Amino acid sequence: MNLLAFILLLLAGGAVAAVSERLRPNAARWVSLGVLLVTSLWLLATAMTTTDTDVVALTRLAWIPRFGISVQLEMDGLSLLLVALTLFLGIVAVVSSWTEITERRGFFQFNLLWTLAGVVGVFTAFDLFLFFVFWEVMLVPMYFLIAVWGHEDRAYAAMKFFLFTQIGGLLLLLSIVALAYAHYASSGVISFDYHVLVNAPVDQPLAFWLMLGFFIAFVIKLPGVPFHTWLPDAHTQAPTAGSVILAGILLKTGAYGLIRFVVPLFPDAALQFRWPAMLLGAISVVYGGYLAYSQTDFKRLVAYSSISHMGFVLLGVFAWNQIAVNGAIMQMLAHGFSTAALFMIAGALQQRLHTREMSRMGGLWTAAPRMGAITLFFVVASLGLPGLGNFVGEFLVLLGAFQVDVWLTVVAGLGLVMAAIYALSLMQRSFQGTPADGVAAMTDFGLRELSIMALMMFALIGLGVFPQPVFDLAAPFVNRFVGGGP
Amino acid sequence: MSAPLQLLAWVPALPLIGFLILVVTEGRLGKLPVALVGVGSVGGAALLALLVSLRFVQSEQDVYVQTLWQWLAVDGFGPTIRLYFDGLAMVMVGVITGVGFLIHLYATGYMAEEEGYSRFFAYMNLFVFAMLMLVLGDNLLVLYLGWEGVGLCSYLLIGFFHTDPANGYAARKAFVVTRIGDTAMIFGLFLLVRELGSLDIQTVLHSAHASWPEGSSINTLIALLLLGGAVGKSAQLPLQTWLPDAMAGPTPVSALIHAATMVTAGVYLIARLNDIFLLSPAAHLVVACVGLATLLIAAFSALAQTDLKRILAYSTISQIGYMFFALGVGAWSAAIFHLLTHAFFKALLFLCAGSVILALHHEQNVLRMGGLWRKLPIPFFCMLVGAAALAALPLTSGYYSKHAILLTSFDAESIGPWFWGVASVAAFITGLYSTRMIFLVFFGTQKTEPHDRSGWNMTLPLLVLAVLALGGGWFGLNAVAGVLPDGGVKHGEHAAWLAWATTLIPIAGVLLGCVLYGYRKTESATDAAPQPLRGESIAGFLRGGWGFDSLYDALLVKPFVALARLMKGDPVDSVFVATAAVARLLHKITATTQSGQLRWYAASMGIGLAVALLLAVLV
Repeated sequence: MNLLAFILLLLAGGAVAAVSERLRPNAARWVSLGVLLVTSLWLLATAMTTTDTDVVALTRLAWIPRFGISVQLEMDGLSLLLVALTLFLGIVAVVSSWTEITERRGFFQFNLLWTLAGVVGVFTAFDLFLFFVFWEVMLVPMYFLIAVWGHEDRAYAAMKFFLFTQIGGLLLLLSIVALAYAHYASSGVISFDYHVLVNAPVDQPLAFWLMLGFFIAFVIKLPGVPFHTWLPDAHTQAPTAGSVILAGILLKTGAYGLIRFVVPLFPDAALQFRWPAMLLGAISVVYGGYLAYSQTDFKRLVAYSSISHMGFVLLGVFAWNQIAVNGAIMQMLAHGFSTAALFMIAGALQQRLHTREMSRMGGLWTAAPRMGAITLFFVVASLGLPGLGNFVGEFLVLLGAFQVDVWLTVVAGLGLVMAAIYALSLMQRSFQGTPADGVAAMTDFGLRELSIMALMMFALIGLGVFPQPVFDLAAPFVNRFVGGGP
Repeated sequence: MSAPLQLLAWVPALPLIGFLILVVTEGRLGKLPVALVGVGSVGGAALLALLVSLRFVQSEQDVYVQTLWQWLAVDGFGPTIRLYFDGLAMVMVGVITGVGFLIHLYATGYMAEEEGYSRFFAYMNLFVFAMLMLVLGDNLLVLYLGWEGVGLCSYLLIGFFHTDPANGYAARKAFVVTRIGDTAMIFGLFLLVRELGSLDIQTVLHSAHASWPEGSSINTLIALLLLGGAVGKSAQLPLQTWLPDAMAGPTPVSALIHAATMVTAGVYLIARLNDIFLLSPAAHLVVACVGLATLLIAAFSALAQTDLKRILAYSTISQIGYMFFALGVGAWSAAIFHLLTHAFFKALLFLCAGSVILALHHEQNVLRMGGLWRKLPIPFFCMLVGAAALAALPLTSGYYSKHAILLTSFDAESIGPWFWGVASVAAFITGLYSTRMIFLVFFGTQKTEPHDRSGWNMTLPLLVLAVLALGGGWFGLNAVAGVLPDGGVKHGEHAAWLAWATTLIPIAGVLLGCVLYGYRKTESATDAAPQPLRGESIAGFLRGGWGFDSLYDALLVKPFVALARLMKGDPVDSVFVATAAVARLLHKITATTQSGQLRWYAASMGIGLAVALLLAVLV
């Protein structure tokens, strides 16, 4: 599989979608869907035929040889999982915004596909400079998605999103360049190649500061407390497809950065920073959960719950053992599905009721039982019911972290109670209770929404009951990851 | 391996399939097909369970294990989805599918008029599946899957009538309170993995013996954490507050989940992991004390209730307290025996209550009942049997199990007589409140006109359960004696006076009840809300469950909610908002200097120059 062609296909698809609007207003969404289906099938075919889960695909081209920069794209099991999640949720995003977007449809699909292309690039780039390029590629179209098609406070939210991520991006760029320079200073060879830099010894305390630069950049994206405050605004204001991509995929790039770069590039510094990082993770779990409960806006509640769930990932990565890291990877995937679905439900509610405020909902089950049952499923997934993917992730993270630091795990464990409180309160305030005025006529999910929801439910059940293929795919990476640790 | 034993996997599978059918059809099926799927799947499971059990007993093996698949395998941690069928599992599966089937059948009548018929049976089938996984799981993680699954179904069914926010609140309370216990339990599991490297129950029990000396502190800690899960699920002190409110669910739910099966999961957990508790005398004693305190407190509360279902709810808490107490004093078999008989008579009591409530158009206040025995003869007769078993009158099933518990408790080391004394006081109160309930509901003047609406599908389960509640104990303790080893209990001969006293104390309670409530036939007496205790404030205190709810409200719930309201705007964000505000302020200040007026620019240049020169001269 040629990864460059794969990414270019997504980019080209975006361009075609933008132009196609001129022919027919609705052509863009079909182009988008088509491109995503083709790439998904391509990925599936590759995954089926691969025997080596360490190097599923590899594409390498010279780019700026003078500075040791090349187009180096690689896909191992971990990347494969995340790219698959990306494409799947891309399809979800297109389908969920099928009727929501009525203005500048072509440009919308363009931004969607370019964001996805950027994300796929982030998950496969093994040249740090190229990684940074993709990091920025996914940011700008996302900004437009929020700023153009967002809700009432979109300008503020988009600006906040952009500034936070851009500050992270700046730190990232500085750290990358400094790392390459440090390597050059010690070895005389300039390179941005991941495999070269992974084995490059960097002296303390420089290594610590570089690690911190990477760490902050990725924790902003994750997001972890205290760098999380862009997320509730961005999520709440973004159109449904934007929220789906933001929560389902973009947050995972932060987690991916931690797991792929921060720890393997700077093992010693990361070990030094292990406890504070785990502390941030545990705090994020509880703080995010508590603030989720305090929200009255459906989308804001789900946004804060994301912070809580991604806290588990941070905790798991820095717990740094087989069990916890596998749990973190599982949590990334499961959270992608469960949160994307909840955002899609939020979008569907907003489209039908023209509000996200839960005080104006209530008793929706009577009008839309199918929607209620589906919401219940994802709410329950979100609170970590065994049998669904989120449980496997959270359980393994906590189990692994417990071997490292009991008290931080106890703090994060409070998140389990917190999750029950906010998740069930979401269910209560929106779908149960006395029907609010004017909700009786709300239409239920139709076939389009039902089928996409069913896919996500199958995915979560699959991850919950037969999680082993995921662990097998990630095994080569995880073994190396843990092998370089304590 | 004989073929029928392999049918075991189908026992939990059938209710799961029933659930899936009901979910996929989204309530489009008619009432009859729904009933066929909903009741049929559990009935099929009961039949299969019977076949498997018969075959199992014939085969004379101690245990039958059926491996389904490896759940996951990471770094030596590899829980397997495997079913473990032994005597204890056989009793539990029998109760779940057998009593479950009867309650499902009853529900076809009870729920006939309600909305969401299909949804109801879907939840019920899912519950039966989860409960079966709980008792069949060979691994604590599989047990935990069932454990959380039954919790979810309990939540769904308590809040079944979801348009009333009060029901939703009760449902969430049940889930969150039990979740607190579950979180303690999951940390117990983490410790087990860390210390013993496995969650496989047999491995855990085996290596616990090998690695821990008796009374080791890590063992005690694990036992107490597991106990945390058990007290949450089984509504024992201090997490008992959710169960009375759980009565918001339809009555068949109360019978199945909140009396016969789910709430006894904690008893099952401790019984299943008995060695962990035997190895830690301290934790074992805590189990006994929790049970003792709960059984006494709840019995008094039951005495003061005015809602028929809440009487039964407190009674359930109290009876499960007896089971915990039995576990704590080492009477393992007696505990499981009481679990079995309690499942019969308490399910019966709830279903009778359901028939009464339905006949009275959802009137639940016992003070507005009375004189119903003529109009509702079958529920009356059955409830009489159930109450007699609850009060442990001789020859009923409850007598045999409770008698065994009380006698064994007397033998417990040093404090045995005290244990026996307190538990006997509660047994006396049990007789009293059972009698009070019967008299208030069925005797005296009639205050509400009943309309008996039960068909055969509601009557048959009552009759079958009445037979079981009456005769279920006759085969005696020996039948379940092999289920668990009775560790640390000497089965000495008891003094004749002790046996007599243990038998007579509940009877005395019943007699006192007859005196207090039986002769109050005049209108005024019944209207005055007869209380065994004169002071209304004490009765109110007992009725409110000893103030636990208000205590938790003031200490936990209110501060939690108030702080959440305060934090809604996210205090962390204010730092960033403040940064932005400072930037904007600086912008404003510097922007004013760009006034476009030449004299301003000239003046500032002059001042700047002067300052620079001054600095150059001074420094």
